[in-house]
Amino acid sequence: MRITFKKILRNYQLYLLIMPTFLYFIIFKYIPMYGILIAFKDYSPTKGIIGSPWVGFKYFEDFFNSFNFWDLIKNTVYLNIFQLIVTFPLPIIVALMLNELPNEKIKKTIQTILYAPYFISTVVLVGMMYVFLSPSSGIINKIIQAISGNTIDFFATPGWFRPLYVLSSAWQGTGWGTVVYMAALSSVDPQLHEAAIVDGASKFKRTIVIDIPAIMPVIIIQLILALGNIMNVGFEKAYLMQTPLNLDVSEIIQTYVYKLGLLQAQYSFSTAVGLFNSVINFILLIIVNWIVKKFSETSLW
Amino acid sequence: MFRTKNQSSEDRLFDTISYLSLIFFALIVLYPLYFIIIASISDPDMVSSGQIWFLPKGITFDGYKRIFEDNSILLGYRNTLIYAGLGAIISVAMTVSGAYPLARKDFYGRNFFMAVFVFTMFFGGGLIPTYLLVKSLGMLDTIWAMVIPGAVSVWNLIITRTFFQLNIPEELREAAFMDGCSDLRFFVKIVLPLSRPIIAVLALFAIVGQWNGFFDALIYLSNEKLYPLQLVLRKILIQSEPQLGMMVDVDTLAAKLKVRELIKYSSIVVSSVPVLIIYPFIQKYFVKGVMIGSIKG
Repeated sequence: MRITFKKILRNYQLYLLIMPTFLYFIIFKYIPMYGILIAFKDYSPTKGIIGSPWVGFKYFEDFFNSFNFWDLIKNTVYLNIFQLIVTFPLPIIVALMLNELPNEKIKKTIQTILYAPYFISTVVLVGMMYVFLSPSSGIINKIIQAISGNTIDFFATPGWFRPLYVLSSAWQGTGWGTVVYMAALSSVDPQLHEAAIVDGASKFKRTIVIDIPAIMPVIIIQLILALGNIMNVGFEKAYLMQTPLNLDVSEIIQTYVYKLGLLQAQYSFSTAVGLFNSVINFILLIIVNWIVKKFSETSLW
Repeated sequence: MFRTKNQSSEDRLFDTISYLSLIFFALIVLYPLYFIIIASISDPDMVSSGQIWFLPKGITFDGYKRIFEDNSILLGYRNTLIYAGLGAIISVAMTVSGAYPLARKDFYGRNFFMAVFVFTMFFGGGLIPTYLLVKSLGMLDTIWAMVIPGAVSVWNLIITRTFFQLNIPEELREAAFMDGCSDLRFFVKIVLPLSRPIIAVLALFAIVGQWNGFFDALIYLSNEKLYPLQLVLRKILIQSEPQLGMMVDVDTLAAKLKVRELIKYSSIVVSSVPVLIIYPFIQKYFVKGVMIGSIKG
């Protein structure tokens, strides 16, 4: 006890240093966790969190029984799985190809170009999509019209929502996604490659047997993180791409929580929906990590 | 990566495929950006009839003129600059001072603090409780709602802690302490000057985040005078539907529609070009930040 106290006293200035950040986390991260209580209460702003009456799991039941429950789940999961299937392998492939480019200068130039869209905001990205895909003036529709004679109103067609969402993510994020893999590839021991060259291994062969195994741990960590976030699609883009006509497929849990909670002030109900989402996410993360741990040496914890 | 004089044909094929696909991909990335620029200075009629492909035609700067006549974009610019500057200062200060003790092996309780921070990566209160908190703190419709609730990210804390562990040798601290230096003094006089790279990275992350973010503004701000650039853009790019009922004359309507298309292109340029121009110069800092972070995930 006294030793502990001494240890704390000796570094009291370090505690002063960490205090603002610590308080920040308590206030802005932990108090909202306490605020989750309103999912189990009939929250009214005048009575406050403590004063509002308990209703147990009423709001969860309401959500499970609501007519669009399964649609919401389906939309959220589908969007994410499609997104993952397309955007997860792309950066790995691009990084492997970039890594083997013999000309440093071209390699650097291509990297710079590929990173660029990452710095474009979601609003501008979606704005660009609206501009390019506009049925009356968009350049894409000009091409489609020249070929087929028809135009497609992309944002009014539910079937186009997911492809557009996923392709635009690939356009924006692939280059940036390579950074982590490029870093991992740069730490591959050159001697391995030299030895393989002596043995007559081709570039393709070396990529398969040296590079890919070398970045496997990074791939696995990235995959766990991605799978653990499967219920967390980027709210911003989905919300911006939403039109009344594609609502059938574009309404995901996050946009639903936002609309119901903030626009219609149904605080308790949408907190319950949000909590349901976080719990599923948390469980997914644990399951994925557990599976990965069983089959490989890399895991989050 | 390795040049051998007698490249096998298989290797040449590999290189060719790599080059072709990467250049193809780079063009796909580049062309939309390029098109926006040429479309923003071309005659809107030619753009909408599909005559603009590689060079601007019927050059006009009307779109830009309109933007600079209209106050909302300039106001959005100013607000974003304020949020970015203030946000970066707050974010860097809290991240650096919070991460330094975590990097010290002799800091009693560092596992406790780390656990408190990391737990929030996996679980959180969610949108509504956070909104209610910000509301009850009286921060709605103030600058503070834009710069404080998102000031510290666990990810940045981990990156910064790792940086300290790798770049501030124990021996340096021991030597300074022998000379009677205190923790705070050491932090201010020695750690901070040695941490310029990580401070630059954190500041850049914060600035780009503020520049591109619109979600916080969407939920916390209702006063249009406080709107950041992205909310203004959203109105121009995504929400702008013509008020058909108001228009009587078909020609006026057509003219208005034309200018609106032009404004869309030029507002994209005005809002994105500053970031895209400076980014190649700061690219290495970003990459460094991501790389430091990836050492230990």
